[in-house]
Amino acid sequence: MEWETVIGLEVHIELATESKIFCSCSTAFGAKPNEHCCPVCMGFPGTLPVFNKRVLEYALKAAIALNCDIPKYTVFDRKNYFYPDLPKAYQISQLYSPIGTNGHVDIDVDGTVKTIRIHEMHMEEDAGKLIHSDIDNVTYPDYNRCGVPLIEIVSEPDFRSAKEVVAYLEKLKMFCEYMGISSCKMQEGRMRADVNVSVRRAGDSAFGTRTETKNLNSFRAIEHAIEYESERQIEILEKGGTVRQETRRWDDEKRVGSSMRSKENAQDYRYFPDPDLLPIKIDRAQIEELRRGMPEFAEEKKARFIAEYGLSDYTSSRVTADIKLATLFEDAAKGCGAPRTVANWLIEIMPKVLDDCGVAFEDAQIDAVQFAKLLASVEGKKLNKNMGIKALEQLVRQGAEFDFDRYLKDNAVTMEGDEDKIRQVARKVLADNPKAVAEYGQGKTKVMGFLVGQVMRAFFGKVDHDAVNRVMLEELQTGGQR
Amino acid sequence: MELLKHTALELGAMIAKGEISSADVTDAVFAAIEAKDKDVNAYIGLSEELAMSQASALDAAADGPLKGVPIAVKDNICTKGVKTTCASKMLADFVPPFDATVVEKLKAAGMPIVGKVNMDEFAMGSTSETSYFGAVKNPHDLTRVPGGSSGGAAAAVAAGEAVCALGSDTGGSIRQPASYCGVTGFKPTYGYVSRYGLVAYASSLDQIGPIAKDVADCAAIMDVIAGHDGRDSTSLNVGHKSYLASLKGDVKGKTIGVPEECFGDGVDEDVKRAVLECAKTYESLGARLLPVKLDFMQSVIPTYYIIATAEASSNLSRYDGVKYGFRADKINSVDDLYAESRSQGFGAEVKMRILLGAFVLSSGYYDAYYKKALNVRDRIIAEFGEVFKRCDALIFPVAPSTAPKLGASLSDSMSMYLSDIFTVPVNLAGLPGLSLPCGVDRGGMPIGAQLIGARGTDAALLDLGFAYQQATNIHRALAGRA
Repeated sequence: MEWETVIGLEVHIELATESKIFCSCSTAFGAKPNEHCCPVCMGFPGTLPVFNKRVLEYALKAAIALNCDIPKYTVFDRKNYFYPDLPKAYQISQLYSPIGTNGHVDIDVDGTVKTIRIHEMHMEEDAGKLIHSDIDNVTYPDYNRCGVPLIEIVSEPDFRSAKEVVAYLEKLKMFCEYMGISSCKMQEGRMRADVNVSVRRAGDSAFGTRTETKNLNSFRAIEHAIEYESERQIEILEKGGTVRQETRRWDDEKRVGSSMRSKENAQDYRYFPDPDLLPIKIDRAQIEELRRGMPEFAEEKKARFIAEYGLSDYTSSRVTADIKLATLFEDAAKGCGAPRTVANWLIEIMPKVLDDCGVAFEDAQIDAVQFAKLLASVEGKKLNKNMGIKALEQLVRQGAEFDFDRYLKDNAVTMEGDEDKIRQVARKVLADNPKAVAEYGQGKTKVMGFLVGQVMRAFFGKVDHDAVNRVMLEELQTGGQR
Repeated sequence: MELLKHTALELGAMIAKGEISSADVTDAVFAAIEAKDKDVNAYIGLSEELAMSQASALDAAADGPLKGVPIAVKDNICTKGVKTTCASKMLADFVPPFDATVVEKLKAAGMPIVGKVNMDEFAMGSTSETSYFGAVKNPHDLTRVPGGSSGGAAAAVAAGEAVCALGSDTGGSIRQPASYCGVTGFKPTYGYVSRYGLVAYASSLDQIGPIAKDVADCAAIMDVIAGHDGRDSTSLNVGHKSYLASLKGDVKGKTIGVPEECFGDGVDEDVKRAVLECAKTYESLGARLLPVKLDFMQSVIPTYYIIATAEASSNLSRYDGVKYGFRADKINSVDDLYAESRSQGFGAEVKMRILLGAFVLSSGYYDAYYKKALNVRDRIIAEFGEVFKRCDALIFPVAPSTAPKLGASLSDSMSMYLSDIFTVPVNLAGLPGLSLPCGVDRGGMPIGAQLIGARGTDAALLDLGFAYQQATNIHRALAGRA
């Protein structure tokens, strides 16, 4: 008997506003513990929340991208529960009138398009973090993350495989990055998912009992947790057992899931409208304005890059996978007039250079103008590929400081392109290597590579490789006549 | 001590003329507290250092009719660097790191803050007996309660231990103690005075307001504390004309409604008589009395106690022993920390209201209680709206009886709740309400008449009260000034 896995997702995305949702504290990542806190986000007695309007703008953008219905009024509710990372002992969230409902997103899995329905999406504040120290066996709260704005996107149970889930998450990430509303960096917890999994016999229409695995923070963990959980449930059912409705946690290092609490112990959050915040009237004109301002998303951009810049389907989808990459491509392509070279360098060479420099692409400061100049020099044979890579390394390392013209001057890396000079050296190499020349005459054409290498070395690599090849070939073919 | 027979405005005028100094008055207040407060117990804490430094640095303050006049502040209003206990063991040592907006305004107006006045624990109560720091006594009869929850504020003003005070009113907590103590108290329109820094009891009902010797003092204090505050999302962004300058004392042509439900069974005969005499006075001054009906009076107590306790159960969740306030020792787990800190840190009345509130919000009861209460609240607002189409104000008793004996209410919460019947509808509808001394009962205890108006008619309502106090002498007689 075939089993079918049914998956629904709750995705939390931290919005990239500069300040928190209900106070003016910074949302920057990586501060010292409890540095970005104030009486409001610490929930001090007497403090009150004031809604950051930028959060509404970002959430509306997401609701539009997800094709959600947007209400005339949206209301914040309090979700009450005790936990040391939640200073007020309630989270300001939305239940009764969320910002978006009834949305949908199309995903593409191996060429097949599938529509995933969005049940609802809402705005809420993030909680803090608890750091447990094994040294003194004490738990230390860090409230920096308290009040960082989140949107939670709740899907219908429309996924049937981990692959579909990953495609959906990548799509959400793309939307957010393209709209500039979140970095979605999972390693920083900017995007996290709770996964609801159930299994049923193929062909059944009723759902099985589901479990919820909380707080997964990498695509890999999500895939593994789904596979683990569906296998666990199938095993139980095949043995004639029943799946318990429960909340589970996932240990990604050990790759095992375990039960946190059962449905019977589920919390009653006692949601009610937050009396400290008034209902927010959503201006229809603002929605229309945001709709008009929606960016060109990856799929449209990909098609346009193919049509406009002659990229292949593969190259265009690679380049448009990331808004920063796509923008860099287009700016540099316009700057140097060689779009395919730009695309190839971005896909083939850039990752290696970034890797060597230990810089992540998302953090790299690559100026499109400088990059375009660099590639124009390569394209115009003023630099060979290796020299170009060296220059690119400097561009990555120096970031905004990098100036290509100054780099050329400082490093005297203008490439030798004078064929007479190359010919002089080539003749000397031929004269010094009679044995190789003889072998070439006997048909061992492979030795030409060695001879070309000798010429390159004489120029310390700063020479047009194609020109050396051409000259060497001419010399070898005409050499016997002299 | 004779100095303290004067009203705040009289003292302000004397200070402005240089006849006395702010320090003279402030000294006199501290001397009166020294002499009387061991009997009255109106104060929880004194802030002599702050008051004297304010009194001696008046040059920095803005000019106004109350410049230099000392004031007492209810102990649920945050004062930077000065303990703010809410009369609870839970916050017995809590020192806020910021000033409430109203406290900032008092400081800017040059009003020395002499201390923090006693109250019911977390403002929950109608007698000021639930304070962790002991019950407040009524200065007119030390065996009786001063009312509550702002009992300390009213008693301090009545006893001459304060020139004037700030209280807070969630269901009558300014008006009822003012009535019991024979002083004047004003609860402004919801949103007219910032709640930022007021430790929340029930956020949609709480409002800060003045308690003083007469209406003119209340109006002058309103000029200091009213106004829009960006830190309170429920603060109304409306212009505030000078309340003091609005006092003309002319009631000719005004229509004052007399709701028959407020003069029926259960209301003390002396109270009825005094309040009706007050109404007659208005008639003699040229106002028209109009019998009206308030059909909702039967439902106000349950509606109020459902909404107030629901909000309180959430607002008071933050006192969990984790961040500030009382923390139980000898605990073994986080759950233990919560349970023990809250069990030991809160008094019985607070715990009862938290339980009530948690119950009405809990799954399965939300619709039956909380949601229904919100619907009734809307109906009350609508009915008041209808009545105020025909009337400029309504007059009825503040409370069905005068101040009860100490201890009488503690054993019977239900009858204490029922005694709030005339004050709570005003909070449910967000209306302004004024408590005016209008007589004494056969035992000599003060009786208060309540004038209420439509939202935003605060200035007109104060003017009505002013007219009465211009025409009569009761408020002066009760303050020993007649």
